[in-house]
Amino acid sequence: MAHLTIEELPSEEYYMPGNALCAGCGESLAMRLALKILGWRTIVITVPGCMSAALIMGASAVPLLVGPFASGGALLSGVETALEAKGVKDVNVVAFIGDGGTADIGLQALSAVVERGHNVIYICLDNEAYMNTGGQRSGATPLRAATTTTPGGRLFRGKLQPKKNIPLIMADHEAPYVATASIGFALDYMEKVKKAAGIRGPKYIQVLCPCPVGWGYHESKTVELARLAVATRVWPLYEVEKGRLKITYEPRTPKPVREYLRAQRRFDHLTEEDLAELQKLVDEGWAELKLKARSAEE
Amino acid sequence: MPVSRFIDGNAAAAYGVKLCRPDVVCAYPITPQTPIVEYIADFIARGEMASKYITIEGEHSAMMATVAAASTGVRTFTATSSQGLAYMQEGLFYAAGSRLPIVMAVVNRSMGPPWTILAGHDDAIAQRDTGWIQLYCGSGQEILDTVIQAYRVAEDERVLIPIMVCFEGFVTSHCYEQVIIPDQEEVDSFLPPYKPPYKLDVEDPMILTTFAPPIHWMGYKKKHDEAMEAARKVIAEAEAEYAERFGRSHGGLFQAYRCDDAEAVVLTMGSLASTTKVVINKLRELGFRLGLLKLKSFRPFPREELKQLLGNVKAVGVLERNYSVGGWGGAVFLELRSAFYKVADGPRILNFVAGMGGRDVTPLEIEAVAKKTLRAAQEGKGEREVEWLLGEIG
Repeated sequence: MAHLTIEELPSEEYYMPGNALCAGCGESLAMRLALKILGWRTIVITVPGCMSAALIMGASAVPLLVGPFASGGALLSGVETALEAKGVKDVNVVAFIGDGGTADIGLQALSAVVERGHNVIYICLDNEAYMNTGGQRSGATPLRAATTTTPGGRLFRGKLQPKKNIPLIMADHEAPYVATASIGFALDYMEKVKKAAGIRGPKYIQVLCPCPVGWGYHESKTVELARLAVATRVWPLYEVEKGRLKITYEPRTPKPVREYLRAQRRFDHLTEEDLAELQKLVDEGWAELKLKARSAEE
Repeated sequence: MPVSRFIDGNAAAAYGVKLCRPDVVCAYPITPQTPIVEYIADFIARGEMASKYITIEGEHSAMMATVAAASTGVRTFTATSSQGLAYMQEGLFYAAGSRLPIVMAVVNRSMGPPWTILAGHDDAIAQRDTGWIQLYCGSGQEILDTVIQAYRVAEDERVLIPIMVCFEGFVTSHCYEQVIIPDQEEVDSFLPPYKPPYKLDVEDPMILTTFAPPIHWMGYKKKHDEAMEAARKVIAEAEAEYAERFGRSHGGLFQAYRCDDAEAVVLTMGSLASTTKVVINKLRELGFRLGLLKLKSFRPFPREELKQLLGNVKAVGVLERNYSVGGWGGAVFLELRSAFYKVADGPRILNFVAGMGGRDVTPLEIEAVAKKTLRAAQEGKGEREVEWLLGEIG
């Protein structure tokens, strides 16, 4: 597939400015870029979260349906089936749902829409906590990150469990297309959205969307953080097609994980030992991913 | 030509749905509703029904996928019971608040624990305030006819409110009766294709389920209530037209039986009405001036119509399969008493709580209910205002 270039990006906007989201919001960028690719023949689904607060107030220029927190997969199923009943075949049905609505309360409906094989795109806007309610931990919050419900104190030391790996869970559902992305790698992300739109069946993309408020950094640094997550291999970019995992961007000389962590207040409480532990876990995770990618090549 | 088939209540519901040609059916199995899900799957598998069928993974999703399909502008159907209905409650508010004309069969079963799979109206009554129309049926024929009428009422632009077609688990859902199944063409002419006023459409983009600021929020609720009020008229109209076309009537909002000169009336919903009818006939022969009022529409509650009809009756015994714990009586009793508040010389209203958790309600018990109500009419007061029919075991 030929790579997208900046020049090729459509100038049309389907994600409207002047909405309620914060300055430097990663999710805003993720929705704007995806809708540029998907275009006006798109119906958007969302559930409560930062993105619904924006979309519902008029940020969506395409038709929008908002449902209960747990219902993302169900809403996708219903809209797609109704379009099928009407004989409409050329409309993208896409969900923008946060990590809480995906990894926690909406996991059953997500699993089911994929299992039933509906022709939909599910984009998880991953800012790694319940940011719309002020930053509580979700299943997608990474190990040791401080949230309002997992504070970084002397005893509690942030979240005690690792991040739930939804992309690989989706890959194990045998979804025809699964990908991770980062708003710091806009073209890679948009290519993935474009690819997803061209494949029939359920597609899942989890895009890392840094959150200045929840992560604790200056709003001008969102894209930088999104790039750093990839450059440190904390958030690898890959896609899984027909069970074959392919790493889509490989940082040649990875930056130390500390560089990413120290740039965010949610990791302020980390000790030197913590940093070493997290570096080790990232290295192990990367090695495992490389193994999966290699076995797919063979 | 209409055909007569010996089928159970669930099949009657499924045949009714088939005749209404929903575009999308989305339901999850639960006892005693499961056969509806299976009958419809069979119709589709045999090519007798063209609906798209979502074999959903749970009731919360069942309601929300149905809401999403209806929001896309198509006719929809779902069905559930008890725990499943409770599980979809959040979605019930979405369906009603979005003013989507979804029709849902609710096969009534009491809410556990204590665990049961048997009849009770407490499941649907608990969803009273979700903003749905609730119509209670007592026979297979009534279920089939009501499903067809329900689409007509729900989709009427004066209404646009989802409807629960309720009937009791096992006693009605699994009871076999002769049911007349009308011609497809007849139903098509009674029920035109659904024309949604608003929908998700890329040609005419709009944001559905939007945010309402405080100055508007209550206005939406008021409109909803006004549409519910309008539904009283629309339900009656649909019933009258249906009766004319198909030659059958189940009374619309309610059915009054031998109430004209009655001193006392037993009021009940669903299948208990048929047993009560037999009891009333027997007692009439013995000279007791008793009538039966089978209430079909609990939401909207036909308070003006009931006030008019029962205004000259001296006592009403409300026999019902639900109870509000910590309140004082069942929902129908409370509603009726409230309707007659400050009506001079209104009837004495007694409550008989019965038949929950599948407990049998015998003709003898109903006879006692009728006689107690009559005594209250004659003596001006009842033995007890709220009485539980617990028999000897309790």
